[in-house]
Amino acid sequence: MGASSLIVLFFAAIAFSVGGISIAKIFVKGVKNPQKGQAYECGIPATGSPWHQFNVGYYLFALIFLIFDVELVFMYPWAVVVKQTGLTALIEILIFIFILFMGFLYAHKKGALKWM
Amino acid sequence: MSAIQILFWFLSGLALVSAIMVLISKNPVHSVLWLVMVFFAISGHYILMNAQFLAIVNLIVYAGAIMVLFLFVIMLMNLDKTSDPQKNWWMKLAGVISGGCLLMEMATLVRQAAEMKEKTVMMKEGSIGLIGNLGKLLFSDYVVPFEISSVLFLSAMVGAVVIGKKN
Repeated sequence: MGASSLIVLFFAAIAFSVGGISIAKIFVKGVKNPQKGQAYECGIPATGSPWHQFNVGYYLFALIFLIFDVELVFMYPWAVVVKQTGLTALIEILIFIFILFMGFLYAHKKGALKWM
Repeated sequence: MSAIQILFWFLSGLALVSAIMVLISKNPVHSVLWLVMVFFAISGHYILMNAQFLAIVNLIVYAGAIMVLFLFVIMLMNLDKTSDPQKNWWMKLAGVISGGCLLMEMATLVRQAAEMKEKTVMMKEGSIGLIGNLGKLLFSDYVVPFEISSVLFLSAMVGAVVIGKKN
């Protein structure tokens, strides 16, 4: 696939998304309903501002997520070459995942993933 | 103009506009979202330069995970609309000085850009950044560093849990 087809696809994607929104704008009658603006249209009415201070403990969730995110980045080249490299690549990635799984077990054991 | 040039100018413009929007947004959360846009544009540049893996890392790690950390920090600092931003004069001065240093550095780089062309190194035919080539190297020649990196992640995770669960 050359670069020119990439551009065609790019503009096709823009046309697809913009087209969908503008067609919706044409056909939808302007029904003003204050409930539609709420965070949960069919749920509990939200009270207070969403801008409040979060517990610092939740930062840990983000840090653990970051580590598994980086792990996923390494799986990506593995997925591309696994057919050529065969069994060795499979064993290598299994060792890699196993070591990180130990970390996950440790975090779970320490209660780092509990709701607080 | 060829297709690649069109893409290059489009992505450059997108990156610059988004970067300016990062600076001038009043709401810090909007700044972070514009920063995600900057990362997307830069990833497009990486793909144009045949560095697919770098583009994916930039998208998954930076635009994904690091931006989540940024949002967390903003929410932890509780910067809502009612709290005034700090307006110390020395803070502004420090910003002007550090920004000026960066500007000077970049101006020097741009002035030297003509010489830089001869100094840049291209690995073989410039296809080392393609995912397939990188994966082949990673899972044959560099498999030991690859496995050791998992130990590094493990230590980072254990460290984060130990520090985070102290209280």
